[in-house]
Amino acid sequence: MTTLATRTETTATGADLHLSGITKRFSSFVAVKDLDLVVPSGTFFALLGPSGCGKSTTLRMIAGLEAPSEGSISIGGQDVTALASHQRPVNTVFQSYALFPHMSVLENVAFGLKRKKDKQAMEKARAGLDLVELGHLANRKPIQLSGGQQQRVALARALVNRPQVLLLDEPLGALDMKLRRQMQLELKNIQTEVGLTFIHVTHDQEEAMTMADVVAVMNGGRIEQMGPPRELYELPKTAFVANFLGKSNLMRGTVSGNDAGMLSVMVNGQAILLPADRAVQASGEVVVGVRPEKITISREGYAGENRLSGTVVDVSFTGTTTEYLVEVDGIGTLGTFTQNRGQQPAAEGDTVYLSWEAQHSFGLAGAEHEDAGVDQP
Amino acid sequence: MKQKIGRWFIPAVGGLAFIYLLVPIAYIFVFSFNDAGRTNLDWRGFTLENWQNPCGAPAVCESLAHSLQVGTVATIAATALGTLIAIGLVRYKFRFRKLTDVLIILPLATPEVVLGASLLAQFLNLGWELGYATIVIAHIVFCMSFVIVTVRARVSSLDPRLEEAAADLYASPRAAFWKVTFPLLLPGIVAAALLSFAMSFDDFIITNFNSGTFQTFPKFIYVAATRGIPAQANVIGSAMFILALLVVVIGQVISYRKKKQLENS
Amino acid sequence: MTVMTKKGIVDLRSPEEIRAERRKGRTGVYLIAPGMLVLALFFALPVVVLLAMSLYVKPEGGEIGEFVPGFEIGNYATVLAAYWPELLRSFGFALIATVLALLIGFPMAYLVAVRLREKTLLQGILLVLLIAPFFSSFILRTQAWKQILADEGFIAQTLKFLAILPADGHLTATPFAVVAGLTYNFLPFMVLPIYANLGRLDTRLLEASGDLYASPMTSFFKVTLPMSAPGVFAGTLLTFIPAAGDYVNAALLGNNRNTTMIGQIIDSRFFKVIDYPGASALSFVLMVSILVLVTIYIRRFGTKELM
Repeated sequence: MTTLATRTETTATGADLHLSGITKRFSSFVAVKDLDLVVPSGTFFALLGPSGCGKSTTLRMIAGLEAPSEGSISIGGQDVTALASHQRPVNTVFQSYALFPHMSVLENVAFGLKRKKDKQAMEKARAGLDLVELGHLANRKPIQLSGGQQQRVALARALVNRPQVLLLDEPLGALDMKLRRQMQLELKNIQTEVGLTFIHVTHDQEEAMTMADVVAVMNGGRIEQMGPPRELYELPKTAFVANFLGKSNLMRGTVSGNDAGMLSVMVNGQAILLPADRAVQASGEVVVGVRPEKITISREGYAGENRLSGTVVDVSFTGTTTEYLVEVDGIGTLGTFTQNRGQQPAAEGDTVYLSWEAQHSFGLAGAEHEDAGVDQP
Repeated sequence: MKQKIGRWFIPAVGGLAFIYLLVPIAYIFVFSFNDAGRTNLDWRGFTLENWQNPCGAPAVCESLAHSLQVGTVATIAATALGTLIAIGLVRYKFRFRKLTDVLIILPLATPEVVLGASLLAQFLNLGWELGYATIVIAHIVFCMSFVIVTVRARVSSLDPRLEEAAADLYASPRAAFWKVTFPLLLPGIVAAALLSFAMSFDDFIITNFNSGTFQTFPKFIYVAATRGIPAQANVIGSAMFILALLVVVIGQVISYRKKKQLENS
Repeated sequence: MTVMTKKGIVDLRSPEEIRAERRKGRTGVYLIAPGMLVLALFFALPVVVLLAMSLYVKPEGGEIGEFVPGFEIGNYATVLAAYWPELLRSFGFALIATVLALLIGFPMAYLVAVRLREKTLLQGILLVLLIAPFFSSFILRTQAWKQILADEGFIAQTLKFLAILPADGHLTATPFAVVAGLTYNFLPFMVLPIYANLGRLDTRLLEASGDLYASPMTSFFKVTLPMSAPGVFAGTLLTFIPAAGDYVNAALLGNNRNTTMIGQIIDSRFFKVIDYPGASALSFVLMVSILVLVTIYIRRFGTKELM
């Protein structure tokens, strides 16, 4: 009981979350492997990965809904590994919202406060509903609300408890695109306002990048790479991250020279420049990558240090941009796109010149598989 | 043409079937006003006397009281035991699951006469005297399987995330059960209890095997049938029917109103 | 699901599926133990006792009702030789009653579940009318039928006047009356499961079927009926099983010549003739034959949803 009381007073800014050596096995299946993770207080943290990567299991272990097979979890310096879910200073916004169908919206929001014997449960719940702008629907039953409204109730129900860590399990997954974008902004605003530590699990890379301060990309029960969204996007360290977070053109080659920190990689007889500090390894077989929007496509000539030419095999117009697939002999198909400014740089069947700045190349280990993370849900 | 046939065929056949279902009840109701005397076979004139004095005929009310008693006790026991089993079976792992499943389903696949006969054999063997206790036991057994099947369906359809959400919101396992699980199972449990009571109240065959001289309402009528059923039995049959009808209709109207209210709010 | 590969056993289930697995632990045992104990002591054990009693023998010179434990399989031969017609008749009557109840019950269930879906109040009232008869005592209702169909009653007189029924014909005390009584009494057991199933029927499927050139008749047989199959399946079992063992209808609406059902025999063997082994043997035969029939039925038409 004392932990509950002290918790409420010290939660204004959230607390650091430490996972150390967390492993979770389900009979013979290993969902999470030896995971170490520190989420600093007040961070909006996103766990991003395809379904089955272990992100939801990680979240459930933090919530106390699942016990780790190995390792420990601590929140604000206190080891909570052995605590049951209802004893942890953590609240969750569930994927399906999990609103109690037999209670009114207000009763749903007040549920946690009442369990904590908060004397002002009802007042706080009303304030929580006002925060998500649903004060006028307090007496409705969840089933009478739209998906977006239910989502906000679920958020309010978790937020009013002022948890040290707020967990969000694909909270926007059931909403349509437009509502989703709107809720992303609202969630981000609320997090900035209340200053709590948010851990957001999602498989939508765009959502993760828009909202989070720090993104961890998970795959096969491990964290592949972690960092601010821009860093992850500009400098992926594995093929999985390169492909799952946005799109990448990946080409396999061998390092043939190193000129003052600029590697020269031979890809089927053509040299591609790659800064050594942007490469995971500086010798032997490597995979060179470049993001599609970094490539300039032209019928006239080259505009960057790395140069390839090929034939346009597919053009698709998407409104703001036009996407091209270009077949380069001996290397494969590269993708790129141009902003739609009224010009039409190339048509199907045209021979075109592709080029990009050396500083936009990134290098992955030769052992990587170029298709890792492509088209993963 | 076919469309039209389809349109009236279903309501016509369904409607006729409902009339078929209700004809004997109407007959029972009408003959509850019969100035019958000893046998209530022919119409001898209208009277309110039977309704004013439903306990007038010997043993009618006594047997009714017995049936209500047995029904209440058996329903409470069967509902409690059956609900526990339903929750246990859905939520927990067992080694002898096949065996428990068979033990639950088999009573439903056994005709009443066999259930009654086997229990009678058991009681004879144990040397127990037949009466109130043996009837209650017999009714618990045959009601329990119905309760388990009904409540189990409800437990299986319950979203386990709701209980997780409760735990996440600081509810201890006990609080989660009473605040979330139980209220959500309640409609299923109530339905099972009503079904149990109806089946127990109306049971004749199993009761007949295990009651000895203990009289229940169906038994009273069965025995009376050979020499004429008193009109008071019709009064009780009609009253119970009307009562059941009223209870459910009032419940329906209340929930209908609530729904309307919520829709307007 | 697990599969063997070169690397060993791989679990193909998603974590969610694995999580849905049931919990282990003592609590479960505590939950089911009391009820299971009741079922074991007062259902399983009695069946075993019944089996034992069916093999008892009457000692030489013993009194009526005196039997000693034995292993007289001949008891079965004796009762089967004497009562096979009643056994067959019981199944025959139950089968006809089940088919009739299905023919009458399906339109009722369809009417309430689908046609009146939007009319909540009327739907509710009809549902109540399906359940409420339980409270007016089925023996009272059966007795009412007996009087309604009596020789001097309005219906019999009218049928005789229209020469549909011969002048010396009867409606009661006939196989017709017994089957009608069985159909009537178990009708709600047929309607309610079908109702529960049709209640979930998505009527848009019928529109889709109509849109794909199916006539209403075809839609019914290709969409509605298959989708309500689990309800029909449960309903037929819930009607057939009690009907086969019933003796109230045969006793009240039948005669002593060609309507006697097996339940009546078991009852009189127990209480009038005091032949416990014979009655037990017949009960056991009835139980086993129903189980065999039901198993064949489940194998042939069964769905998982029943259990």
